[in-house]
Amino acid sequence: MSTAILTAPSAKRISAASSLKRNRRWALIMSYFFLICFAIFFLLPPYYMVVTSLKSDAEMARLATNPWFIFDGATLDQFRILLGQTDFLIFFKNTIIVTVCVVAITMVISVLAAFSLGRMKFWGSGMLATGIFLTYLVPDTLLFIPMFQIVKSIGLLNSYWGMVLVYPTLTVPFCTWIMIGYFQSIPKELDEAALIDGAGHMQMLFKIFIPVALPGIIAAMIFAFTVSWAAFVYPMAFLYSSDQQVLTVGTVTSLIRGDVYKWGMLMAGALLAAAPPLVIYAFLMDYYIAGLTAGATKG
Amino acid sequence: MAEVALRNVVKKYDDVLAVSNVSIDIPNHEFVVLVGPSGCGKSTTLRMIAGLEEITGGEISIGGEVVNDLPPKDRDIAMVFQNYALYPHMTVAENMSFGLKLRKFPKAEIKARVDNAAKILDITELLARRPKQLSGGQRQRVAMGRAIVRNPKVFLFDEPLSNLDAKLRVQMRTEIKRVHQKVKTTTVYVTHDQVEAMTLADRVVVMNGGKIEQIGTPNDLYHHPKTRFVAGFIGSPAMNFIPAKLEANGSGLKIRLSSQLSFQVPDSRTARYRGAIGKDLLFGLRPEHITETRGRENGVGQEFPVTLDVVEPMGMETMVFFKIEGTEVCGRVEPSAAKGSGEIMQLRANLDQMHLIDPATNVVL
Repeated sequence: MSTAILTAPSAKRISAASSLKRNRRWALIMSYFFLICFAIFFLLPPYYMVVTSLKSDAEMARLATNPWFIFDGATLDQFRILLGQTDFLIFFKNTIIVTVCVVAITMVISVLAAFSLGRMKFWGSGMLATGIFLTYLVPDTLLFIPMFQIVKSIGLLNSYWGMVLVYPTLTVPFCTWIMIGYFQSIPKELDEAALIDGAGHMQMLFKIFIPVALPGIIAAMIFAFTVSWAAFVYPMAFLYSSDQQVLTVGTVTSLIRGDVYKWGMLMAGALLAAAPPLVIYAFLMDYYIAGLTAGATKG
Repeated sequence: MAEVALRNVVKKYDDVLAVSNVSIDIPNHEFVVLVGPSGCGKSTTLRMIAGLEEITGGEISIGGEVVNDLPPKDRDIAMVFQNYALYPHMTVAENMSFGLKLRKFPKAEIKARVDNAAKILDITELLARRPKQLSGGQRQRVAMGRAIVRNPKVFLFDEPLSNLDAKLRVQMRTEIKRVHQKVKTTTVYVTHDQVEAMTLADRVVVMNGGKIEQIGTPNDLYHHPKTRFVAGFIGSPAMNFIPAKLEANGSGLKIRLSSQLSFQVPDSRTARYRGAIGKDLLFGLRPEHITETRGRENGVGQEFPVTLDVVEPMGMETMVFFKIEGTEVCGRVEPSAAKGSGEIMQLRANLDQMHLIDPATNVVL
């Protein structure tokens, strides 16, 4: 009797479990299918860049071959010429200087701004925080004309130091916004404990908040780095001599002459220019995700 | 170590009065617990002592010095928070020594204090770990350690056990009491749990609606509550309140609970209650003073029969619920004496422990 009673529900349980397993298998199959589709879609352009950068000019000129494969053997000539006979290294150096300065300026301003707006509640802090974010919504394609006047008036036209000045207008608002969210997710008892322990506001920021908010700060740094590394409109408008040019605009303007496209070097330049962000993302991706999703998981 | 005094302390948030005219004198070494329901102003009072909230009116002094305008760091207090508030990027030892480092204590002194506190709290082997590697109870110990190393004038605890499970809460309660007996620092402890308040406190401050209802020792509050709120809040299960009428009965008094049920008021109480003859009152009696008729010592009880509504066995005792004129009443009986629900049981009420409350003023007569 007791066996009969026990068997019926356990049979049901088994079938429920196997149906769960089947559902999970289908979900996995569909996930893999779409992920592979997306991966192929997004990896095709970089693949095309690699293939093209390893071809000789002669092979590229011969239109008969399939452009997706290398037929005449891979060569590093494009890289050699790019690094040895063009201003690519100057562009690279300028970009590094601009990016490092912009990231540093952005972090100083946005960490301090976010700490005060997010933690030190004062009259109008909420409105100010929203106001800062709203400035981010104005696209640089609209801003570059008034910005041109400003940069010109302070004598930084055609100087990469002008970029150090104007890029933070793109990076500071968003980074401040990310940091405000992150700082607000830190329990308020932590600063109260620090206050009671005897910390002032700056000690609290440097000894408690910055270490605790490190994932958020790194996320903001990566954002600032990406924006300033990849900026195109401002250097296009404000820089015109090649000793001041940065990678994005410099590579294109120096390797496209009239209707002559030096595809091999363009692709080699694009690959080299994409390498630093790629390396940084690869190493700091965990921090980046933790930083951007902080508000979602912290109580 | 120092005494703490609050004089007519008021806290307003815009037009909302959170704390109203609170005055408490806490002598040196005393362990005072502020207890009350959510929103009664107990945490706000504690935070005002800590300096984390500005006070709207009144005066707070620590060790004889008025601290109204002093920032928290200059009040020489240490606080343990409900969610521990440990610095997640620091080890246990760094957490404990942070306050001392900021105050520029010599390294040797810091180490000695941290080691001593770790020994008191039995966390020496945890000193190198980070908070996320600790259990709830261990984190609570570290939070206490952070307070102890400072050797402050006053310890402030803000519901420190609320995040722990029931078993650990009991353990840590004993631990906190043991630590207080060792270090003897003046302590103000906030909780909503009246059991915690009763077990820990030298004196309990019961708060309700931003005001102090009563201050007294745990026994005082239990046996001599001054208001209906205190009578109902202290004790678990809560005191029974039954609408009743006081009647003269020859030279004595009778409290009538229903047309069939009335109790003779003990002679020792007649003088106190005589002025309330004929009034509608609330009769208060704790469940532990309504017991079975035999077997348990329960004063000079008066017996009465009831029809049991619900019976809840708890192991060491059984709670019986019945109704008097529609009001649910709870009694505590020996498990062996308890009958089933729906059955008639003879119970005994210990009238020596009764309370009469004026429902108009909610004051215990």
